[in-house]
Amino acid sequence: MSFPLLTATAAVPAIGAIVTAAVPSARRTAAKWLALLFSLATLLLAGVVGARFDPGGDRYQLTESHAWIADFGVRYELGVDGIGVALIGLTALLIPFIILAGWHDADPYETDSKRWRPTQGFFALILMVEAMVILSFEATDVFLFYVLFEAMLIPMYFLIGGFGDRAAATQPAADAAGGSDEKAAAQRSYAAVKFLLYNLVGGLIMLAAVIGLYVVAGNFSLQEIAAARASGELEMATNTERLLFLGFFFAFAVKAPLWPLHTWLPNAMGEATAPVAVLITAVVDKVGTFAMLRFCLQLFPEASKWATPVILVLALISIVYGALLAVGQRDIKRLVAYASISHFGFIIMGIFAMTSQGQSGATLYMINHGISTAALMLVAGFLISRRGSRLIADFGGVQKVAPVLAGTFLIGSLATLSLPGLAPFVSEFLVLVGTFTRYPVVGIIATFGIVLAALYTLVLYQRTMTGPVKLEVAKMPDLRVRELVVVAPLIALLIFLGVYPKPVTDLVNPAVGHTLSDVQKKDPKPEVEAAK
Amino acid sequence: MSPVNYLYLAALLFAIGSTGVLIRRNAIVVFMCIELMLNACNLALVTFSRMHGNLDGQIIAFFTMVVAAAEVVVGLAIIVSLFRSRHSASVDDASLMKL
Amino acid sequence: MENLIALLVAAPLLGAAVLLCGGRRLDRGGHWIGTLLAVVSFAVGVLLFTDMLGKDAEHRALHQSLFSWIPVEGFQADVAFQLDQLSMTFVLLITGVGSLIHVYSIGYMEHDERRRRFFGYLNLFLAAMLLLVIADNYLLLYVGWEGVGLASYLLIGFWQHKPSAATAAKKAFLVNRVGDMGLSIAIMLMFTTFGTFAFGPVLESTADTSEGMLTAIGLLLLLAACGKSAQVPLQSWLGDAMEGPTPVSALIHAATMVTAGVYLITRSGAIFNAAPDAQLAVVIVGAVTLLFGAIVGCAKDDIKKALAGSTMSQIGYMILAAGLGPIGYAFAIMHLVTHGFFKAGLFLGAGSVMHGMNDEVDMRKYGGLRKYMPVTFVTFGLGYLAIIGFPGLSGFWSKDKIIEAAFAYDDGIRGWIFGGVALLGAGITAFYMTRVMIMTFFGEKRWQPDADGNEPHPHESPKSMTIPMIVLAFGSVFAGGLFSLNESFVKWLEPVTQFEHPHPVISVPAITASTVVVLLLGAALAYVMYGRKPVPVTAPRGSLLTRAARRDLLQDDFNHVVLVRGGEHLTRSLVYVDHTMVDGVVNGTAAGFGGLSGRMRKLQNGFARSYAVSMFGGTAILIAATLLMRAV
Repeated sequence: MSFPLLTATAAVPAIGAIVTAAVPSARRTAAKWLALLFSLATLLLAGVVGARFDPGGDRYQLTESHAWIADFGVRYELGVDGIGVALIGLTALLIPFIILAGWHDADPYETDSKRWRPTQGFFALILMVEAMVILSFEATDVFLFYVLFEAMLIPMYFLIGGFGDRAAATQPAADAAGGSDEKAAAQRSYAAVKFLLYNLVGGLIMLAAVIGLYVVAGNFSLQEIAAARASGELEMATNTERLLFLGFFFAFAVKAPLWPLHTWLPNAMGEATAPVAVLITAVVDKVGTFAMLRFCLQLFPEASKWATPVILVLALISIVYGALLAVGQRDIKRLVAYASISHFGFIIMGIFAMTSQGQSGATLYMINHGISTAALMLVAGFLISRRGSRLIADFGGVQKVAPVLAGTFLIGSLATLSLPGLAPFVSEFLVLVGTFTRYPVVGIIATFGIVLAALYTLVLYQRTMTGPVKLEVAKMPDLRVRELVVVAPLIALLIFLGVYPKPVTDLVNPAVGHTLSDVQKKDPKPEVEAAK
Repeated sequence: MSPVNYLYLAALLFAIGSTGVLIRRNAIVVFMCIELMLNACNLALVTFSRMHGNLDGQIIAFFTMVVAAAEVVVGLAIIVSLFRSRHSASVDDASLMKL
Repeated sequence: MENLIALLVAAPLLGAAVLLCGGRRLDRGGHWIGTLLAVVSFAVGVLLFTDMLGKDAEHRALHQSLFSWIPVEGFQADVAFQLDQLSMTFVLLITGVGSLIHVYSIGYMEHDERRRRFFGYLNLFLAAMLLLVIADNYLLLYVGWEGVGLASYLLIGFWQHKPSAATAAKKAFLVNRVGDMGLSIAIMLMFTTFGTFAFGPVLESTADTSEGMLTAIGLLLLLAACGKSAQVPLQSWLGDAMEGPTPVSALIHAATMVTAGVYLITRSGAIFNAAPDAQLAVVIVGAVTLLFGAIVGCAKDDIKKALAGSTMSQIGYMILAAGLGPIGYAFAIMHLVTHGFFKAGLFLGAGSVMHGMNDEVDMRKYGGLRKYMPVTFVTFGLGYLAIIGFPGLSGFWSKDKIIEAAFAYDDGIRGWIFGGVALLGAGITAFYMTRVMIMTFFGEKRWQPDADGNEPHPHESPKSMTIPMIVLAFGSVFAGGLFSLNESFVKWLEPVTQFEHPHPVISVPAITASTVVVLLLGAALAYVMYGRKPVPVTAPRGSLLTRAARRDLLQDDFNHVVLVRGGEHLTRSLVYVDHTMVDGVVNGTAAGFGGLSGRMRKLQNGFARSYAVSMFGGTAILIAATLLMRAV
């Protein structure tokens, strides 16, 4: 038996989480370094997965299969396709940056020694999330996937509810010492509970669908069911298929999040620290869109096609609505959250346009959105921690005092508005073209999103960075070395993937081809060729 | 005499008992009324036994008597300790076990 | 030879990367690096040009393919360059004028502590603009298209500490994005129609598709051109863009970037030729803008904004010419090149004046400067004569041809209308430029101490600034004549743009004569209004039209009321909706459950007898239900 590479990729961060949590509380710094080390080891393993994966080979590679709950036919089945490899790479890549950016986020309060902050716990939870997310990208057993899909809520809940911004803790004395602190804690726990409830409801409905699928198909194996469906051995009544599809899709749409199931995201991202916010939107939410591609389209091809018009409309609403709300935000983090909702609309639109450009673009979009949001949000986090406020109006003229910070923030903003030359442009354009070839009107309306994106990012940049220097920011230090180490590679990656996305597209294209053949869709021919 | 008349009597006794449970406050009286209801049931069971010509009903009636006896022991003990702590035997005074 | 093409873009791009990432170490010598790399790019351009001249006309186009950019099933986007005569013309203009302006900026930005970054941005602009003109497909062109937008954004907002500059930069980017939307939809349409967006295949297979489709693509390209080239209705950003440093106004907002729209339309000539309706729209946009810009230019007291109005108007001429089809393309490009010379020269002159006048921009506070700044006066004067189309100078040769071509739109009324508008525009041009000239260099000196009590001491600018001005003045005087010798410019471009001789509704000499008469009239009117009597330092109230023109013919007010205010209301109400309704539904559900459980809790009142009632009730209901079921 060959080395279980996929299991190892998920096991390393899981072990890391346990080890980090076990470090005695006095050795706080050691725990941080351990966490970083384990996340880097995971990145290395993800690199090995990428190297061992052959894009031209079988659909699922590096597979592992063991019996788990034999009575119900639940198996521990792993396997990756190109899309999975790409997303594992993204996750493994972002976590070290998240850890590094959150280096001091869970330090004990200097002023208030009575209140305890479990530093080790923070990093252990991040690694735990990483392990679960990576495993969920690998799982080809529906039940296993479901378990992970739900289980990752638990560490996320604690990360959101347990670790708020230091900003809130160091509010100006004006808000009578403890008062604002308690208020912030209340808001934070509201956000965490909201996150949990939304996702649990989604998960519950999915559980019903998972059981339903078992009743219909008799086992949980994605590959077997998909093969049986494709060969016609497994017939599903139209209504059964539709109901099961809706059950799965609902859970993924909550996670993604799709309008109108999005309202947990701004709360969660607003209240969590910037690195955790990145973890939510850049890593965990990707499980939702990934699962749409892998489970919805493969298991329920007919129902997917049946639901496409409605989903496209919802995605379109997400795009425009998210962007418009981003324009109206006063809080930097919530603004980024609404921008993400808009971007998730693009991803879902690309998936359900059912063209190879659309789906390749959507996959690429998941990667690029992860990187660009990480860049923007982490810099925003550095900014917020300097000023102790999340409100846009509290900033102004930062460009003058901290030009490097402002410059990186600008690049992050430009990536968010999909400037050509940076990675998100490639994916956004592919999604738009892919949608346009099949649904021109949808494509055109979605294009309005690019104007709105320019509006909210540039307004944000203008209000925070330009203009006369505000008194409170006058002494703001520029980026420190640790922070630069976080941001510079992300920016370099944004530029590299903007100019040369071929490595990723090569990885993704065959997988997209498989998915399209699952739903039996072919790209529309160009008009000129069709005429001939 | 038709055994059905016994059933009417049992129903009457049960009704009296249940009304007593619902409208009286004194724990002892409520207790008595419960006993009345139990015995109404016993009467009905024995009647059914007679009507169907087997012993099932009579056996269940014995069970009921045993349960009633056990209940008397526990119930009276509760009422007595309640009376000791509250100096009242009203069931409405013992309303602390609520949400 | 074709391997050199990438170097055109690579050199300035390297400069931008080095200067922007290099940090303060490069503060002292950074501007030299930037200038050097711009000149390198120019040298490569010249080298390629001489090589191109050595070949025969049909085989001059060069092609270089670098790598496959976005390879996705059925979708091929490559990083590949195409250098034909049209691109070559732009390359020389961009790198040539660009290098001159780099040199000029060394002096102009001398006292700015962020000069290194300024040169970094300028290099970034050059790279993007070169990419725009040498791309061999529309998607790569789009990269350059947005790249110049970014550079323009950064440079307009270069003095970010001024809120007005930051706002102007944002506005420019946003308005441009609206145009970009047109371009990106056009590219998508091309993809669905032709299956590709490389110039060659798209432009060659226009015959295979319907005219309606081509009209749609054409109109979308026009939208893009309107955004980038500041044409009505997307012109509002150009005036505000003058918040940027003057070299930026000269390079980006006069000579090169704003002409990208003309390039786009000329490049897509095959599409427009096959879609007459789209062409008509182009001509109308050009005609409207040339009047709009000219009228705005007449009313502005800010020297740069007056020149911005003029730029808008001159680009209107080019767009108009480009809309005329094969009779106009060559002249549009020719006017673009001559305009590049004289407008850049005029802006540099304006910059020189501001440099000597403590950055004062109000022409009412100039006056009589010809004695203090002789070089600036002469070069600016030559630029002035060129732009009004004084016979023999560059502007005359190119603008006159456009007016002729406009008269040749068709035999009927449209030829008269468009020709007439072009002719009228020439007159207004003469008026507002004469006004600028007189207010700045003639008359009494009107300058006053500024708020800090510093009396301006007008003086000639340093050599690094005057030399580029002199070079550009040479271009303003001779370029047009040179191009018109033997129709050499038209013949040079013919393989790319085709050429037909225009047949105007009235004879050519008559048009030339009337042009000259009109421009003399305009200049004379300006002399009467501003030269004969002293110019008041504070602007008079003016007529209704003047006041409207000062406010850019109220377009900004319209935008503000309809788009900005409307948008604010929309987003605010959406935030409200999101919070109260979308979120409210969920919170409401939660509250509903909470309320329900609160109600249910009341049943648990602790009274044994009420529990008993519920038990009896429940049993009764059960028995009743059972009996009922039995009965049924």
